[in-house]
Amino acid sequence: MNFLANLSGNGRRVIPGLASYRALRNCRFSLLSPSPTQYPSPFSRLVRFCISTLVIGEHEDGFVKPSTLSAVTAARAISQDNIISILLGGSGSTLGKAALHAASVHPLISQVLVADADIFRNPLAEPWAELVHMLHQKSGYTYIISASSTFGKNVLPRAAAILDVSPVTDIIEISEPHLFVRPIYAGNALCTVRYTGSDPCVMTIRSTSFSPPSCSTDVVSNAAPISQVDVSNFNKEKQKSRWLKLNSQNTERPDLGSAQVVVTGGRALKNAENFKLLEKLAEKLGAAVGATRAAVDAGFVANDLQVGQTGKIVAPELYMAFGVSGAIQHLAGMRDSKVIVAVNKDPDAPIFQVADYGLVADLFEVIPELIEKLPEKKRL
Amino acid sequence: MKILVAVKRVVDYAVKIRVKPDKSGVETNNVKMSMNPFCEIAMEEALRMKEASAASEVIAVSIGPPQCTETLRTALAMGADRAVHVDAGTSTVYPLSVAKILRAIVELEKPGLLILGKQAIDDDCNQTGQMVAGLLKWPQGTFASKVILDKERQVATVEREVDGGLETISIDLPAVITTDLRLNQPRYATLPNIMKAKSKLIKKFTPEELKVELSSDVEVVQVTEPPKRKAGMILSSVDELLDKLKNEARVL
Repeated sequence: MNFLANLSGNGRRVIPGLASYRALRNCRFSLLSPSPTQYPSPFSRLVRFCISTLVIGEHEDGFVKPSTLSAVTAARAISQDNIISILLGGSGSTLGKAALHAASVHPLISQVLVADADIFRNPLAEPWAELVHMLHQKSGYTYIISASSTFGKNVLPRAAAILDVSPVTDIIEISEPHLFVRPIYAGNALCTVRYTGSDPCVMTIRSTSFSPPSCSTDVVSNAAPISQVDVSNFNKEKQKSRWLKLNSQNTERPDLGSAQVVVTGGRALKNAENFKLLEKLAEKLGAAVGATRAAVDAGFVANDLQVGQTGKIVAPELYMAFGVSGAIQHLAGMRDSKVIVAVNKDPDAPIFQVADYGLVADLFEVIPELIEKLPEKKRL
Repeated sequence: MKILVAVKRVVDYAVKIRVKPDKSGVETNNVKMSMNPFCEIAMEEALRMKEASAASEVIAVSIGPPQCTETLRTALAMGADRAVHVDAGTSTVYPLSVAKILRAIVELEKPGLLILGKQAIDDDCNQTGQMVAGLLKWPQGTFASKVILDKERQVATVEREVDGGLETISIDLPAVITTDLRLNQPRYATLPNIMKAKSKLIKKFTPEELKVELSSDVEVVQVTEPPKRKAGMILSSVDELLDKLKNEARVL
């Protein structure tokens, strides 16, 4: 018992929130102590009872992003007894605000780690991967998780290589603590993989497959402790990469990745001007606008609106595709939508094979009619 | 400066894949195989750098079964100067091993730049480039849609496709770059170039010769088909559509 308690605390800084948690855990351990035949060595008991996860977080305007909260949901799906720490980096007041948000957003988050330095303000892979490596050396996590955002995809495989483990990316289901399901071949096959390596198991999760926990307001009272990470060494090293700028598409519409309704246009919209029509429809529906590769390549809209295998993966309640043929690569990004509507002049377009409702019609007639008839529907 | 480009042989992007009945994987026998589309873009970018006199030599490298030489011939026909094939036999090589093999090749060839595709369209991992960069401790410019090389200062300016838009970073050479779709439009190999490619050199290695062990800490348990969507219906008017969305699907 002592032996175990010592080991479980080994190498970790004891944090107030964790201490009481551990006491509880040890208590439960003694109550539920399994027979030696079930768990032959003390070591396997340890493995069974000490699961800790580092969630690499992203934040914006003082709030933790929904995709990061989906990663917390995934951490919880691994085990109910997961000790979850969330890492936020950056500088300035929005970081402090985001840390407070993280501390109180979910009862399972037991610690918020804050890396306050200019170098973490922008998502450069090199310092971030080093930071993850350093934190793992200090605290020995069982899992390191982030969302499959461009940030997570950029940083986590690098961190995994430094830790000499294989990352598992874009997980859509956690069946067992080390058994995951991920789509391959543009979502045309599902691959179940078992991670057999040593700790940490490094993974990115598809946020549309793990709904973020609903935010409750009354958890502030047992907010998780916020600790500063010592990052004084980071500014001393010569940096091999520098962040210059971000050209963002300012839009008032909901974020494509997390919108409830998405309207998408393909090549058939013919030009950027016609895309405005789609935007008008999106406004009526409170929807985000997406696009196919053809529409992006033709310059109708910016690339960050592309939905598909190589663009964004969405799974809204309602997905409306206008003038989209339904290539394999596009379907990969939207096939998990709850209801799919397709409007296309070509009755043989593959999109009709996945659509719940199809209209074989000219989108230039359908969209204005929808815009006209939608508000009446809403008022009813 | 040499540029090393990693290319992968995958099931052609237009093929509708079939999952094997025994759930061991995806059928690849008698299926059209091609160079991974993102690798073609990587090769094209390297060739353009050479044509702009920013690079002296472009080397293509592929890891996998003997048929990978076909993919390398394609790369040579596009314009690569020579190729390296790491013959791994029939075993599956996971990204971590690929990254370690690429590190070994980098240590042999000492390129100034390593370009890869951002992901292979078969495993959809999106890992290898980041992992080699991590192993080599080189900076990385992933999901690149524009690359400007400054030979004098040994710096690359990379415009990256990120969730919120386009991000620009500057990285010191040597570096790893992974390509996004919009970086360029790859060229087609012409017949004379395909003929010429036959005489270009493909150097062979085995993973053992490069002192890389092909062990893996992930194993594929099974591969299954995704759940099928139930058949939809074709409607006749916008009114009917709105009615269905409101009363049947209840999403409005």
